Amino acid sequence: MTEQQPEAATAGGDVRLTGIGKTYGDFTAVQPLDLTVPQGSFFALLGASGCGKTTTLRMIAGLEEPTSGTVLIGGQDVTDLPPYKRPVNTVFQSYALFPHLDIFENVAFGLRRRGKKDVKKQVESMLELVELGQYARRKPHQLSGGQQQRVAVARALINHPQVLLLDEPLGALDLKLRRQMQLELKRIQTEVGITFVHVTHDQEEAMTMADTIAVMNAGRVEQLGAPADLYENPGSTFVANFLGQSNLIAAEVTGSADGDLLLSASGVRLAMPKARCATDATKVYLGVRPEKITLAHASATGDIAEGRNRLQGTVVDSSFIGVSTQYVVRSEGGQEIAVFEQNMDRDIRIAPGAPVVLHWNPAHSFGLDAAQAIDAGTGEAAA
Amino acid sequence: MSRLLKWVRAHLVVLAGILALAYLVLPNLVVLAFSFNKPVGKFNYEWSQFSTDAWTNPCGVADMCGSLALSLQIALLATLGATVLGTMVAFALARYRFRGRAATTALIFLPMAMPEVVMAASLGTLFLNMRIQFGFLTILIAHIMFCLSFVVTAVKARVMSMDPRLEQAAQDLYATPTQTFLRITLPLVAPGIAAGALLSFALSFDDFIITQFNSGPTTVTFPMFVWGASQRGIPVQVNVIGTGMFIAAVVFTVAGQWLANRRKARA
Repeated sequence: MTEQQPEAATAGGDVRLTGIGKTYGDFTAVQPLDLTVPQGSFFALLGASGCGKTTTLRMIAGLEEPTSGTVLIGGQDVTDLPPYKRPVNTVFQSYALFPHLDIFENVAFGLRRRGKKDVKKQVESMLELVELGQYARRKPHQLSGGQQQRVAVARALINHPQVLLLDEPLGALDLKLRRQMQLELKRIQTEVGITFVHVTHDQEEAMTMADTIAVMNAGRVEQLGAPADLYENPGSTFVANFLGQSNLIAAEVTGSADGDLLLSASGVRLAMPKARCATDATKVYLGVRPEKITLAHASATGDIAEGRNRLQGTVVDSSFIGVSTQYVVRSEGGQEIAVFEQNMDRDIRIAPGAPVVLHWNPAHSFGLDAAQAIDAGTGEAAA
Repeated sequence: MSRLLKWVRAHLVVLAGILALAYLVLPNLVVLAFSFNKPVGKFNYEWSQFSTDAWTNPCGVADMCGSLALSLQIALLATLGATVLGTMVAFALARYRFRGRAATTALIFLPMAMPEVVMAASLGTLFLNMRIQFGFLTILIAHIMFCLSFVVTAVKARVMSMDPRLEQAAQDLYATPTQTFLRITLPLVAPGIAAGALLSFALSFDDFIITQFNSGPTTVTFPMFVWGASQRGIPVQVNVIGTGMFIAAVVFTVAGQWLANRRKARA
């Protein structure tokens, strides 16, 4: 692999999409969007099925013609180039390995098409990289799903593309293998230094692998940022619900003090940092992640430190899942709130039916405009 | 009793298979047996005496080998024409949207559905009205026409079932449209094309009705020769040719199976 690195590193691999959009008749698959993927980064397009992420990827590959806008790869305008003239390669969903060619010929396909004569050494070292050296003469259907997936990656990477496009490459694998392949892909990406653009509907996969995630919804990019940034500061209810789980509490802004916004949620006084509120509206959702909330039995209210947000409620349900226990608490306002507690000092009094106080650091709250649907992005969040 | 019943139940499928095979092969065995007969009189229907005369002198009957050569020639050309045309039609129907596509899809089945004699007579009338000389060319045109639908059906099914991502993957891997077609599309569709071609050859070679209506006075194909001979008594040599065709078909099929198995085992 070392001999392949210089070529990939010198070639500019940043992808710049400007005003790119796609419509099919009346249906808009991708709203005109601008997106820049920096050279050498691992970029994820995350969204539910039908959100336009795959169409966007296919427009970069040249397999779909954009209705508007331009695609630049490494500074070169490739909008009008056919796929076979673009410096990108794709790992397809379900791999699309050529069934009539053996593994060696599948991997050698791209090199041969570009007139490379001596492909044996390159193909062999590529198959070593993905640990499939002894399978060179097998046919694709004789390999397991995980092995086929690695062939698909090898077949694309051997061409040293400036950009590698991955279309849900791990979707067909079982959970354990998927985790293993995530790390594998991340390792390969670090090793070869090529720009990866990865399409997925699995938020955990996107957060594990990507440097930057673009969350897509209904043909638009909802929010773009580093995984931790998106998780801690979601800009919309869709992102808040789609990435992990969020409790969104409807509240009204009543004032501000020391950089904090003071809120009232059906009479209960809460606070959050002004900087973490994504809107100027007075009607907002206060969001808080389930793992940021601490549960205390109602009789232990006195032990809670001053200045924390508090909500009273009753435990409706609890499920023990090993590292943590997940509770569902019904607040005074009647809203169900999810709480994840690490299993350290379990208070056995906290069981379904018990009166409890939920409390959290106001700095762990985020604010969203209440004009949005509160349940946007929940449907596919578990997928 | 119960043991017998058990045995029958366990071997019923094999039994049925053997019976079906016998049903299919027995006529061919009769043909084979009578190719060694030395008939008394004109008709080769009763066994009289073993002889290898017909086998040592297969072309001994006037005009028979000429008609055989003509049939083979027409079958090969018809297969070639129908396969090339049919493959192109199949791709057009499976891949493109155009005016008249639905009509073409429906009409392409017509030669398969229509009674052969009706088609034969109308084709003959057409050639007559167009003042085209009946002969080799008219037979060939007629054969290509009725073989076409079989090729289209076989190839189209194959094209439709092909994952479009395979061609996209090839293009993504720097293959031009021509290279994609030659290296990916064609090899994957090849079994359909081969099936269509084999069917065409068999159909063209033994066609009688359509040929009879569209042939000229000097173009007598093998089926026409056999038909004509049957009025006066079929020569034993016809059995020799029949047996030869049967053996060739068996060898072809077995070889194909063997090759496929070997490829599967090796891969």
